[in-house]
Amino acid sequence: MFPELNNLLNTTPDRAEQGKLTLLCDAKTDGSFLVHHFLSFYLKANCKVCFVALIQSFSHYNIVGQKLGVNLTMARERGQLVFLEGLKSAVDIFFQAQEKPHPLQFLREANAGNLKPLFEFVREALKPVDSGEAGWTYPVLLVDDLSVLLSLGLGAVAVLDFIHYCRATVCWELKGNVVVLVHDSGDVEDEENDILLNGLSHQSHLILRAEGLATGFCRDVHGQLRILWRRPSQSTSQRDQSLTYQYKIQDRSVSFFAKGMSPAVL
Amino acid sequence: MAAVATCGGDAGSAGSAVATGSKSNVTSFQRRGPRASGTNDSGPRLVSITGTRPSVRNGQLLVSTGLPALDQLLGGGLAVGTVLLIEEDKYNIYSSLLFKYFLAEGIVNGHTLLVASANEDPANILQELPAPLLDDNCKKEFDEDVYNHKTPESNIKMKIAWRYQLLPKMEIGPVSSSRFGHYYDASKRIPQELIEASKWHGFFLPEKISSTLKVEPCSLTHGYIKLLQFIQNIIYEEGFDGSNPQKKQKNILRIGIQNLGSPLWGDDICCTENGDSSHSLTKFLYVLRGLLRTSLSVCIITMPTHLIQNKAVIAHITNLSDIVVGLESFIGSERETNPLYKDYHGLIHIRQIPRLNNLVCDESDVKDLGFKLKRKLFTIERLHLPPDLSDTVSRSSKQDLAESAKRLGPGCGMMAGGKKHLDF
Repeated sequence: MFPELNNLLNTTPDRAEQGKLTLLCDAKTDGSFLVHHFLSFYLKANCKVCFVALIQSFSHYNIVGQKLGVNLTMARERGQLVFLEGLKSAVDIFFQAQEKPHPLQFLREANAGNLKPLFEFVREALKPVDSGEAGWTYPVLLVDDLSVLLSLGLGAVAVLDFIHYCRATVCWELKGNVVVLVHDSGDVEDEENDILLNGLSHQSHLILRAEGLATGFCRDVHGQLRILWRRPSQSTSQRDQSLTYQYKIQDRSVSFFAKGMSPAVL
Repeated sequence: MAAVATCGGDAGSAGSAVATGSKSNVTSFQRRGPRASGTNDSGPRLVSITGTRPSVRNGQLLVSTGLPALDQLLGGGLAVGTVLLIEEDKYNIYSSLLFKYFLAEGIVNGHTLLVASANEDPANILQELPAPLLDDNCKKEFDEDVYNHKTPESNIKMKIAWRYQLLPKMEIGPVSSSRFGHYYDASKRIPQELIEASKWHGFFLPEKISSTLKVEPCSLTHGYIKLLQFIQNIIYEEGFDGSNPQKKQKNILRIGIQNLGSPLWGDDICCTENGDSSHSLTKFLYVLRGLLRTSLSVCIITMPTHLIQNKAVIAHITNLSDIVVGLESFIGSERETNPLYKDYHGLIHIRQIPRLNNLVCDESDVKDLGFKLKRKLFTIERLHLPPDLSDTVSRSSKQDLAESAKRLGPGCGMMAGGKKHLDF
């Protein structure tokens, strides 16, 4: 977790809000540092985390997590982290027919499937254990990333349904949080992705948008982060609060500064 | 290395990438470092495979792409377990050359090759690989050159530009065959004995596909399914995923897939915008990457992305690959005769570099890169325009502007009127 980002978001692992949907999106840059931030944040907050990692392998997150101060292997062994490794499961399901429904069952289906098996997996992973052992504070679902599901043939409506079910279970029923990452295709016309992004933007409480600089690549400023707080359920006349910062990613942390105030410029 | 020591207690998940034999935790994305004590072998075991080296940034195992210039731009080389996607140039000249460099590098290093193609027999592809410039060959030629143009310049001390004498002398040619990246002579063929000494598997689509095969309807094209099964078979049987612990010498599997996505593979992504198999290619890439991440292999794919009708698919493919390099050759375009580009054969765009095991990646600062193919060298350098030495060039362009401004009638409005040529 990046302490500077915690300050900007005004949260700490001890007193984070519950029942929220956070949308991470990136446009023309790589927003995966936000995923690493939230993963380590919620593990430090002693939450039970279900991580659906569709784009990279477990050891990638593990090694970056160690730089940020969490040990994913230990968390998995303790039962705090339930990790679905998309790449490995895809190989398993593709080459051998499974008897029981597999979370990534849609890979074998010829026409556009749905994500019901994946939702069952998430619900099973995050349901509260009654045996009264070391209680985790609240459950968290983390998905990296949803655009992969679109490129694998699912429709935007199927993915929105999945998020809706997850929100109903995790956010409302179990009072937990959901964090998802979606790529913004920008000027490329990708209708399904736009539908997904717009639909999620209207449902989320917090939107973190990492954008590349409009002027192009810069070695000292890697991009711009826009933070938007929303209140989707209450229609208030108050405007949503929005902040913009620029950031530079370093080896173990990310430093944030106001626009134009990069240390390289001053 | 406290972080490494804490997870050294589990069954070999830390430590060198190639030391473990069990199937579950052989990935190449492991930190290379001395193993903590408590396992059955004492001391650090850094088994090295020929032709690989650890990355300086995160200890990732790297192999060479066959082009030392490209290796430098990609942060030292191609990480084992990743996919290099090359967006083909219009006539598939330079992309097939990069493909051949990759395979030739595999032969020189003794890696196992897997060549898949739908339009060319893999045996023919291997015959056409460029010859490597190894120690004895090039030394003979350099000696001849020195003999022919015997210039005593190097021994004379510089009188005027004496500061340049202090600069280190640059070595141009290759020196030895145990280097990480090798140079190839594009005009000569690889010697037959090198091909015969190497181990390779070929996948030629017309041979492998048979129309009467009963296959469960899956939304992948039949050719892709066969290719994935072939690759998985090779990986499993030859133990690249660590499933065969008796193998003493670990090796890398270099997979080369040519013209993926073209209609010859049975995919209609280049023909229509929303075809039946519109997600076949992306599913293929996903499962392929899953196979690569759990084995000691590396893959190069050339894809005719300029033919893909639906641009959103290109964005999906880019997200699903690790490294994406685009080639744009000047052949046939107006730039071929443009004097500004006369030093180069084309442009090379590094579209994506992965961030593996890291928050940052080695992106190069230079975004405008041009390449030039010489006989023994494929250079990639920062695009620079040649100096404008003629004194009539700038004046003639202003003349053109004035001519075109005069042709516009007065009825065109204020914009045309403002186009009088401004002579400061």
